Amino acid sequence: MKQLANARLVAVVLVGAALALQPLIALATGNGFLLVISTRIVIMAIAAVSLNLILGYGGMVSFGHAAYLGIGGYAVGILAQSGIYSGFVQWPVAILASAAFALVIGILSLRTRGVYFIMITLAFAQMIYYVATGLDDYGGDDGLTIYRRSQFGGLIDLSNKAVFYYLCLALLAATVFVIWRLVNSRFGLLIQGARSNDRRMQALGFPTYRYRVVAFVIAGTICGLAGALLANHTDFISPAAMHWMRSGDLIVMVILGGIRSLFGPVFGAIALLVLEEVLSEITEYWQIILGPLFLLVVLYARRGIDGMLGGEPHG
Amino acid sequence: MAEPLLEVVALNKRFGGVVASDDLSLDVAPGELHAVIGPNGAGKTTLVSQLAGEVRPDSGSIRFAGRDITRLPVHRRTMLGLAQSFQITTLLLDFSVIDNVALAVQAWAGHSFRFWSNARLDPALRQPALAALARVGLQDRAHVITSRLSHGEHRQLEIAMALAGRPRLLLLDEPMAGLGPEESARMVELLRELKREFSILLIEHDMDAVFALADRITVLVYGRVIDSGEPERIRANVEVQRAYLGVPRGAAHG
Repeated sequence: MKQLANARLVAVVLVGAALALQPLIALATGNGFLLVISTRIVIMAIAAVSLNLILGYGGMVSFGHAAYLGIGGYAVGILAQSGIYSGFVQWPVAILASAAFALVIGILSLRTRGVYFIMITLAFAQMIYYVATGLDDYGGDDGLTIYRRSQFGGLIDLSNKAVFYYLCLALLAATVFVIWRLVNSRFGLLIQGARSNDRRMQALGFPTYRYRVVAFVIAGTICGLAGALLANHTDFISPAAMHWMRSGDLIVMVILGGIRSLFGPVFGAIALLVLEEVLSEITEYWQIILGPLFLLVVLYARRGIDGMLGGEPHG
Repeated sequence: MAEPLLEVVALNKRFGGVVASDDLSLDVAPGELHAVIGPNGAGKTTLVSQLAGEVRPDSGSIRFAGRDITRLPVHRRTMLGLAQSFQITTLLLDFSVIDNVALAVQAWAGHSFRFWSNARLDPALRQPALAALARVGLQDRAHVITSRLSHGEHRQLEIAMALAGRPRLLLLDEPMAGLGPEESARMVELLRELKREFSILLIEHDMDAVFALADRITVLVYGRVIDSGEPERIRANVEVQRAYLGVPRGAAHG
């Protein structure tokens, strides 16, 4: 097991190094698109890591997590359209709006279990999706172009692609670190205990519901931040960002990479988005290849890429 | 006699046409080990579920430590000192043994909105957990994943988790279920020891254990108390023998 654990360490270091070097590789090869896709991967990895907190550690299979990508993105887009470009306003609004939505959705949906929970989170996300398509002042179906990226007064220039990339990467590292602390804290053990056996946790004296709601809000909030990044990255936000298929992508990333593992969702985000790029080069019908591949992972490698590297799921 | 620690008054519970609790009353005095016996389908499990708070009675009341807990949710009852151990193993199987007990300690250590420091390295949680494991003889198994324990060890772990809180009453639902003779004997020893410290309501099938341990026995049949009293009296009760102890009609008079 020790060697396998080392394989995982090596993988984390290699992936970390590769991510850190992306802007230099892009510069050296003159391939600007490389940095575009890398930035997207890193942002989606933040969203996937946040989903893993509730889906993996908490056992709450939210099928509406992309909603917060949209909420965070629209917060930035709508404020920009209103002439408010300051990131010091946009980002806190994106985060707080996501938190507020997650709180309401969490309070209502966490009263249910299993398939009902999946369906209710999906229904909420689709509701928000349709509300966004109805926002005619903000592009409706077509979405909203953002003409200036968030301004942080000379502190950091997001229109510089390498700078923006490193900001995203730093935020991904911070997210992984926060989740690591969280899942090993009293709070984290509690929500994992509730995943394992909620009835027992209540019999031990834990009012589990309120803790699960808080976990749900934390995950939504982090994903809202990813949404703000995504809007800045694409200079655009549209309802498509929170379509249920995007929520499905996030679930695939978590499962493909390794549920309940710290770095799994990062591996998963890289694997899915790279495969998507590579396969869509080969054929228009790339999903025909991706589908069976995902099936194989689910059938034969339950703990995903991280599992193949010998990572043990925590507790 | 002092005021009872647990007082169940006129509990009624029906599931459709099935009467699970029929005007059921019983009490547990401080320091007492009160056993509840009864044939299968006597409503023992329903009684436990109502005491624990997982099932609401149709009518009647449950008082614990001087307050009415009939409508309190499960976790609030635990925090009053009503510690429950389950008949069917209900553990966090994918956690280590000590994690299970440390979570029981954590439930008593204030709120758990603590997001940053590593709970597995917190001596305030780990030391009491180890102590509880030592009491039931599982200290050497502390770091094993719970699903790998034997059935008997699971029963011991259940007890350790009940002890890890600050229990006033242990509500033990068939702690001997599925144990071999040797494990049963060890469990009886453990219960005998716990009895000196805690009040216990013991739901149990194992008659030898019940008669060896109980201060008082209540017999349930079809959700109704048909007799309640000291072990000698229950042993002598003809109706009880017929209903439960399996003694044939003629022999009961001998």
